[in-house]
Amino acid sequence: MAGKIWGLCLGLLVGYATVSVSSAMENPDADDIIAKANDVAYYAGRDGRSDVMMTIKDARGGKRIRKFTILRLNVHNKDQKFYVYFKDPADVRKMAYLVWKHVGKDDDRWLWLPALNLVKRIAPGDKRTSFVGSDFFYEDVSGRGIYEDIHELIETTDTRYVIKNIPKDPSSVEFSYYNVWIDRDTFLPRKAEYYDKNGKLYRRVAATKVQIIQGYPTVIEAIASDIAAGSSTTNVFSNIKYDIGLKERIFSERFLRRPPREVTR
Amino acid sequence: MKIKGLVLAISWIVAIISQVGAQEESFFDGLGLDVHGFIDTRSGTRVEHDSNEKDAILGEVRLQTDIIKADDWGTIELRADFLYDGVAYHRDLDLEGTESPIDLREANILFSPFSFMDVKLGRQILTWGTGDLLFINDLFPKDWQSFFIGRDEEYLKAPSDAFFISLFPAFANIDIAYTPRFDPDRYVRGERLSLWNPMLGRRTGRGDVIHVREPNTWFDDDETAIRISRNFRGYELALYGYYGFWKSPMGMASDTNRAIFPRLISYGGSVRSPFLKGLFNMEVGRYVSTDDRHGDNPFIPNSEMRFLVGYERELARDFTAKFQYYQELMEDYSSYRESLPAGQKSRDEDRHLFTMRLTKLAMNQNLILCLFTYYSPSDQDSYVRSLIKYKVSDALGVMAGANIFAGKNKYTFFGQFEKNSNVYGAIRYSY
Repeated sequence: MAGKIWGLCLGLLVGYATVSVSSAMENPDADDIIAKANDVAYYAGRDGRSDVMMTIKDARGGKRIRKFTILRLNVHNKDQKFYVYFKDPADVRKMAYLVWKHVGKDDDRWLWLPALNLVKRIAPGDKRTSFVGSDFFYEDVSGRGIYEDIHELIETTDTRYVIKNIPKDPSSVEFSYYNVWIDRDTFLPRKAEYYDKNGKLYRRVAATKVQIIQGYPTVIEAIASDIAAGSSTTNVFSNIKYDIGLKERIFSERFLRRPPREVTR
Repeated sequence: MKIKGLVLAISWIVAIISQVGAQEESFFDGLGLDVHGFIDTRSGTRVEHDSNEKDAILGEVRLQTDIIKADDWGTIELRADFLYDGVAYHRDLDLEGTESPIDLREANILFSPFSFMDVKLGRQILTWGTGDLLFINDLFPKDWQSFFIGRDEEYLKAPSDAFFISLFPAFANIDIAYTPRFDPDRYVRGERLSLWNPMLGRRTGRGDVIHVREPNTWFDDDETAIRISRNFRGYELALYGYYGFWKSPMGMASDTNRAIFPRLISYGGSVRSPFLKGLFNMEVGRYVSTDDRHGDNPFIPNSEMRFLVGYERELARDFTAKFQYYQELMEDYSSYRESLPAGQKSRDEDRHLFTMRLTKLAMNQNLILCLFTYYSPSDQDSYVRSLIKYKVSDALGVMAGANIFAGKNKYTFFGQFEKNSNVYGAIRYSY
């Protein structure tokens, strides 16, 4: 531990003259890169909101569309709260999904059913289950714990770090390992490729369009492809705002019954 | 057949609406209104002949329209079903009825007079408690008839006309539901489903529809329900209270031949929390039948205790199971037995009930398979609800299901409905 701190201080001194704060680490460790990428991808700002249009294409070319608005708030200790408000299709309209994410523990999840005026609590489930029937997993939306895998820096290019991730508990996941490409200047993860138990590439998640919004590198389009099944889902993010001053109290049952205007507008 | 003609008419309406769809939305947007809904057509039949009823148990077309106006000061919602019920005997307009051509589901206004208070006034659906299709502290009206004949599960809950006030002090949430005029369950009366008639000692149906006397004086026959709840580090705790009436006609007026709704006070509590990768819940309640405190009035139900414990867990990807154990314990059982009229079938002191719900999602969550079973080892009866739902597209869904009742005896809660076992199919277009 002490060695790491000295190494970091040395790196900071060497990188002091450079403009970008993120380049302060001259000899980055795979764990450091992953930790920074996790922050950039999932913890930007104190809070955030985004409209999402999700287009699910099946192997036969059939298309289904989901539209929702997502609010996120960082709370203490890397925990987060999410509020997802569905707008389309008609049969899931006004349903809302509330998640209290706890790092290292199961999340608390609730689903608001407007027709019954009922807040239904959802049992903690496999995070690698499809999110609303798309090719994105619940874990892609809320974030995979950085301590769940062993990280190995396998390549450094001019623009990217490539990190191989091996699960500490292989029986809990369907992949044997996955590789992540992370931008060297923004630390935003740009692509992840998953390899099955036979070493074959079967799934890819890519951030296809990126923009700097309010100073934060932000994914505005992402595509998840199930290469084995031949299906893919495209998420287009719009109306993104950070640091809007969301109050923690809106991530509660009261505001499932009374959706806040941050989601309905 | 009338139903065929209607289905054809509905297909035309659906075709027209889907064409007009895009233009409709911008028209309503301009007015600041959110308008959505569905057209649902469903048909069901008994699996065996019931001498007390028609073979057709369900045959209807329902158009639901949901209009919402949301503003900074609050929200107004109007949600109504326009129903053509091909099986119903009477099609009179009745805003409390289950077969009325207009079923007003919601007509309310929601606003926040203070930062710590929300108020919802008017017709609304109210639900609380932790049970899955079992109710202890949820004394809001239920539509048992719709539940048994194959309507969507959401129709188990009937609307209430109430003031719902929620207060949010720091230490807990307090919800108060004041219903100025008693809202009973939409109970089974005999005209659609046959049931056990304790007076006649046999199953009855259309020939002997139960006559009731409902408390219906404004403000005198009112109901008050309260819940105090708190989420304490993932543990959801709640205390409940209710002052009103038994929701189904559980009593008999000794002077006339009418079923009545005796007075009821109840109180209880619940807890719900994660446990070992799953979700655990427990609920308890005591029903005090104030018109029969000693349990010796044969025409009024005795007080009872109710208890429920449940556990839900994901067993495999997209496959969830939920199990519950439920018990009803009658108080003053010896008084009940002593005062039971000769020839009337006796209830057990202890009624035990197990439930199991299995839900499987497939085909990118577009195919939903659901099985819900009630089984009582003490009553020796059961009720199985099964459903297959397939979302053909984002707007169109098709469903098929069954409601199967079985029982050793004709007079137990599920056993009495044995002749009403049915299968049904439905198509729903959402806009």
